[in-house]
Amino acid sequence: MANAATGSAGETAPDQGLPPSIPALLDRNAVKFANRPAYREKEFGIWQEWTWAQAREEITNLALGLLILGIERGDHVAIIGRNRPAHYWAMVAVQMCGGVPVPLYQDAVAEEMAYVLDHCGARFVIAGDQEQVDKVIEVQETVHHIEHVIYYDKRGLRKYDHSHLHWYKTIQEEGKVAHERVEKELEKRRGELTLDSTCVMLYTSGTTGRPKGVVLSNRNIIESSKNSAEFDDLTEKENILAYLPMAWVGDFIFSVGQAYWCGFCVNCPESPDTTMTDLREIGPTYYFAPPRVFETMLTSVMIRMNDAGRIKKWLFDTFMAHARKVGPALLDGKPVGAMDRLKYKLGEFVIYGPLKNVLGFSRVRIGYTAGEAIGPEIFDFFRSLGINLKQLYGQTEATVFITVQPDGEVRADTVGVPAPGVELKIADNGEIFYRSPGVFVEYYQNPESTASTKDAEGWVATGDAGFIEPDTGHLRIIDRAKDVGKMADGRLFAPKYVENKLKFYPDILEAVVFGNGRNMCTAFINIDLTAVGNWAERNNIAYASYQELAGHPEVYKTIREHVEEVNRSVAQDEMLSGCQIHRFLILHKELDADDGEMTRTRKVRRTVIEEKYKDLIDALYSGKTEQYTETEVTYEDGRKGKIAATLKIMDAKVVPVQGKVAAE
Amino acid sequence: MNDMNADSYVTEDGRTIGGVVMELKNITLRFGGVTAIKDISFDIREGEIRAIIGPNGAGKSSMLNIISGFYIPQEGEVWYKGRIRPPIKPYQVAEQGIARTFQNIALFEGMSVLDNVMTGRVTKMKSSMLAQAIWAGRAEREEFENREKVEKIIDFLEIQHIRKTPVGRLPYGLKKRVELARALAAEPSILLLDEPMAGMNVEEKEDMSRFILDVNDEFGTTICLIEHDMGVVMDLSDRVVVMDYGKKIGDGTPDEVRGNQDVIDAYLGVAH
Repeated sequence: MANAATGSAGETAPDQGLPPSIPALLDRNAVKFANRPAYREKEFGIWQEWTWAQAREEITNLALGLLILGIERGDHVAIIGRNRPAHYWAMVAVQMCGGVPVPLYQDAVAEEMAYVLDHCGARFVIAGDQEQVDKVIEVQETVHHIEHVIYYDKRGLRKYDHSHLHWYKTIQEEGKVAHERVEKELEKRRGELTLDSTCVMLYTSGTTGRPKGVVLSNRNIIESSKNSAEFDDLTEKENILAYLPMAWVGDFIFSVGQAYWCGFCVNCPESPDTTMTDLREIGPTYYFAPPRVFETMLTSVMIRMNDAGRIKKWLFDTFMAHARKVGPALLDGKPVGAMDRLKYKLGEFVIYGPLKNVLGFSRVRIGYTAGEAIGPEIFDFFRSLGINLKQLYGQTEATVFITVQPDGEVRADTVGVPAPGVELKIADNGEIFYRSPGVFVEYYQNPESTASTKDAEGWVATGDAGFIEPDTGHLRIIDRAKDVGKMADGRLFAPKYVENKLKFYPDILEAVVFGNGRNMCTAFINIDLTAVGNWAERNNIAYASYQELAGHPEVYKTIREHVEEVNRSVAQDEMLSGCQIHRFLILHKELDADDGEMTRTRKVRRTVIEEKYKDLIDALYSGKTEQYTETEVTYEDGRKGKIAATLKIMDAKVVPVQGKVAAE
Repeated sequence: MNDMNADSYVTEDGRTIGGVVMELKNITLRFGGVTAIKDISFDIREGEIRAIIGPNGAGKSSMLNIISGFYIPQEGEVWYKGRIRPPIKPYQVAEQGIARTFQNIALFEGMSVLDNVMTGRVTKMKSSMLAQAIWAGRAEREEFENREKVEKIIDFLEIQHIRKTPVGRLPYGLKKRVELARALAAEPSILLLDEPMAGMNVEEKEDMSRFILDVNDEFGTTICLIEHDMGVVMDLSDRVVVMDYGKKIGDGTPDEVRGNQDVIDAYLGVAH
């Protein structure tokens, strides 16, 4: 136990005055913020709004209807659909009835859904639309305990057999009509909820093996929400856009936990395709996105600026250079010269303001990114515009928060200090452990995994390796602990560290580095079709497919330059200099969650890839210059096909280093 | 009118098909010396999806143009809702509840999707041109009502993300969908689709098929479509008319038509 650190706040008596459940918070908000907006959703081109009082009515009616349908205490109710107020209401209504909501990833194929539905034993499923209902019906062939399916969007479902299929609004209507009969029962069940009853069960996507159901209690959710809201001074005046998967713990904390704790408004986009427009219309004050979203935004800004007129481009370049120089300092409240301030003000008027407006960031007070490392250039770009973008480090088992960056201490290469109430320690092998009020109750029906993750004193292993910087107290993550390995000569192997450096180039979408137990490191590269495609267009390079573009000699040349640049940067880190990439190839297809190569949250599944592309890895290490391969792909509708290609393999220059061994 | 509902039936997938809503009797259409359509009779029932198929130049589009009132046949009668239809102008046909899309897309390229779909509501607007110009009183109220209807259709066809995009900037598949939206905006009782899937890839065809089925299911709209893609036609339609060289060579359910020797000959080709 080399290092230990503790978050500042959270030392008060735990239960003091805390409302015991989400439904209790709803009751509080329906009185305290009765006429303030709780939910908005754009439908039919207009933002529809529900106040907290109206939201309580909707939720109560649904809960009454669910009682009539026969929901029992402890029932798991699966909820599958995109971010819509009705789906959030369903989660709270289920809690009111004493049940446990289990949100699922809506883009999961039926097969994946079957496992989770079977595992949680759901008798009720609330599905968004026909697509989801179809999947549930398919799943019902193997999972027999599903009794009732409730859907919200009627379209296309008219002809279906309605003996066990119900329209959401019919259930609400039935609940409303029969309220006198069942209200007492609902009151009773709601009263039974305590801080220790289960609030929600979320399945972790799992980079290895089957998903695990993480059980989070009301205490986990409410205390974590309270602590984090106080950390950032969140109030009922915030507006957020709920667009990330409902099955992800982050969305549950932001759109349910913090929203109910603070009483702020959750805005739902009209459709997944309109998210960017809706973001701009809402202008959230509090915003959350994984690095990929920021990357995509930056890429699209850069592509459009490349096509802009000369004067505009000059203005953009000049002021952005200035912003990079003084923007972050201004944001951190550090001293900046008067002339620089003035120039920044001018830039705000000419470039930064309009750009933020287009991106929908005009009102953002706090922005967070997490889930993966973010490229320093991307991070600095948004911060230099005056957007208070910060990083946090967390996981489902911690109810999100492990470390966060306080205002004024934001850096691209660390993930911040322990969040309020969180204790941190680093094991001898570098693995990070934490203990906090947010620590999960258990993995559902999986005591072995629970025991191997959480010890008797409540310390949880994150599975990540890192260290705490001695002078700042900030945590730095190196890699997944189980991915950190040794090379044949004993040097440290940290693939993610190198992959992240590669991914910071807009041309590179994904990278997978190999080298554990080998004498050198090699890599698979996925190009970013938007960035590389745009480059090809500007350079008159014709291509018919992703595959053809990926194999283009010019593309290979550019990627090699990136790889060599990364090698130079990796070589500077004494501990990790062995991870330089000697040989690489550009894959002929994008790594895809439908093919099982990535998780639904887009994390690379190393073992799957190693198995599937064994021929390519062998070729990388055998010195061949090209390799023929056939790969099975799964289309969106579940059908399978095969693609074949001959891939080139290229050598990259490495910086020679004296054979230092990491393990001292 | 009495026998309109006399022989309605329910299909396998649970849709109710009503009585005959439109009947074409012994239609002949000539352009100068060329006889495009020769003595064709068939009917369209309420709520069904009726397809007209045939090789190139068989007279399918001419047939659709007769239904939409664009061509007046030299011989024959068009019966609509139990009454014979005198030769009238296309806009009058539109007012009677027949809307169409075009084979070669006829949208206003410079206008936004929303504005294009709004033009489908023109027949429903009663306020004077002056009132519309100054946007007062009834014109304003009508605009709100019509916009609401149009938004429901935009939602239904999942084109919210291009609501404000000029049509000229859209890819082909989406333009087709916008055209369908405009036709639907007129709340037609019969919807005529001229090759709704021409030039589309498999995925776009699947989407379009779903929308056509959903329109029929959700709004109970009677649909008459022309299509080249036999697979699509056989999957979608309740009954099919087959034309060749201006003559009707087959009429019936997809299965019946598929087994018809004349149809097989027309499609596989025999010496004439």
